[in-house]
Amino acid sequence: MSSLNIPIYMDYSATTPVDERVAAKMAECLTKQGHFGNPASRSHPFGWHADELVEQARDNVATLLGANSKEIVWTSGATESDNLAIKGAARFNVKKGKHIVTLKTEHKAVLDTCRQLEREGFEVTYLDPMENGLLDMDAFKAALRDDTTVVSIMHVNNEIGVIQDIAAIGQITRERGIIFHVDAAQSPGKVAIDVNAMNVDLMSLCAHKVYGPKGIGALYVRRKPRIRLEAQIHGGGHERGMRSGTLATHQIVGMGEAFRIAHEEMDEENVRMGALRDRLWNGVSDMEEIYLNGDLEQRIPGNLNVSFNFVEGESLIMSMKDIAVSSGSACTSASLEPSYVLRAIGRNDELAHSSIRFTIGRFTTEEEIDFTIAKTREAVEKLRDLSPLWDMHKEGIDLDTVEWASH
Amino acid sequence: MAYSDKVLDHYENPRNVGVLDKDDPNVGTGMVGAPACGDVMRLQIKVNDDGIIEDAKFKTYGCGSAIASSSLVTEMVKGKTLEEVGEIRNKHIADELALPPVKIHCSVLAEDAIAAAIADIKAKRTEKDSSEAVAS
Ligand SMILES: Cc1ncc(COP(=O)(O)O)c(C=O)c1O
Ligand code: FES
Repeated sequence: MSSLNIPIYMDYSATTPVDERVAAKMAECLTKQGHFGNPASRSHPFGWHADELVEQARDNVATLLGANSKEIVWTSGATESDNLAIKGAARFNVKKGKHIVTLKTEHKAVLDTCRQLEREGFEVTYLDPMENGLLDMDAFKAALRDDTTVVSIMHVNNEIGVIQDIAAIGQITRERGIIFHVDAAQSPGKVAIDVNAMNVDLMSLCAHKVYGPKGIGALYVRRKPRIRLEAQIHGGGHERGMRSGTLATHQIVGMGEAFRIAHEEMDEENVRMGALRDRLWNGVSDMEEIYLNGDLEQRIPGNLNVSFNFVEGESLIMSMKDIAVSSGSACTSASLEPSYVLRAIGRNDELAHSSIRFTIGRFTTEEEIDFTIAKTREAVEKLRDLSPLWDMHKEGIDLDTVEWASH
Repeated sequence: MAYSDKVLDHYENPRNVGVLDKDDPNVGTGMVGAPACGDVMRLQIKVNDDGIIEDAKFKTYGCGSAIASSSLVTEMVKGKTLEEVGEIRNKHIADELALPPVKIHCSVLAEDAIAAAIADIKAKRTEKDSSEAVAS
């Protein structure tokens, strides 16, 4: 008996469906019968009720981080949070220094923000990760300077799922009095967060990777020692002046509920995800010439990023059309560039061109995993039969020694 | 990205996949592209003594549009003379497959593959002619 819904969603790191429990709470904040008031309205109960819900949600987000709810600033998502954190902290502290340290495998929301600051005269060091995707702590320490004001290192990488040792980094930045920003868009519900134990100063979050709605996020801003930011969006002075704009009650309530569930169910969910991921890996890992990208241990349970050598990623995705996966990140798969993340961890162009990211989540079933294994094997076989590189490999030709007519 | 029906058809049922003996004097082989760019196309043509292409085979590592372009090319070249085939331009391929602008380069690659295969067979034949001349 088959209960498979085709296409099968295996792209949970791109975004997640909203959990029904979350959707139900959100729906209560929209219509005339619901809590539609402006949370900033102080003069009537419509505003008071909405404000109460917003503050409850703030508590839920803070609880997951081990933070105080006063340290949570609502934004439109992790991209905005990254911008506010890095630009806000760098510009506020410009008299102290103009040097920023980050990692080459960061999300574009961090990298492009840094590029913009470079255009404004800041200096940015982009560190190479090690081959397993993790930060090289010695190289990191060596990169810090007296004029370094901000360090931005992500928690969980969106493409390869590796988990950086945030606590170890935080210890160093705290000792040196450098502001530490962490892009944790991919972490909630997957890996434990404690902003105090980790000495994080700023942390970017969003709801839509955690079974909450798109278009809402938050920035954690430490109060002790106090981190000050230059606002990027000016207006009515909401969120203690750090981010003006009428609060989107339904979105915020959705994020709060999503974070509450994530916090509560994380341990149990991770066991299940881990088992499914291992089932998937065991189902394909005996194939010839396949490579796991990123460290297998220091990795969230829901991510499997594999390169199928001698097969090109875009055509692989095309022949796996019953399965929704991505090649590289969703933001770059429209272009013809191989994944910059895989290039940064030292994968050659062929392997970077042949990668598939499978990300599984709350609603993934064993049946879906088994179907994915079968489809993947079939697709890779078909494309290898079509691949002149596979022929050459089988003939024992080392492709690195061939002179290619590059174009 | 949405693919045209023609691309999908060639992609799902690629025509003339395979290998011809590259050492056969009647076979021209063109291999273009590079793994680093994400595309490598190998086109082979078998040319009879009247200069007509009797058979064509391809193998391609690349995106769906590259695979479809090379599959289409094997159909286009069969039964034609080298001169006629030399007239095929990437635009013919791109139009036939309704390739979007970002995929034009896949059809350019296919045109390059044709040119490379023609050059290979011509080189083989001149070599043969000149060696025969010496022998006589
Ligand atoms: C690590 C990381 N940072 C930032 C973002 C951007 O988040 P948002 O879509 O909420 O702006 C994403 C998601 O695409 C991400 O994975
Ligand atoms: S061959 Fe490069 S994108 Fe098609």
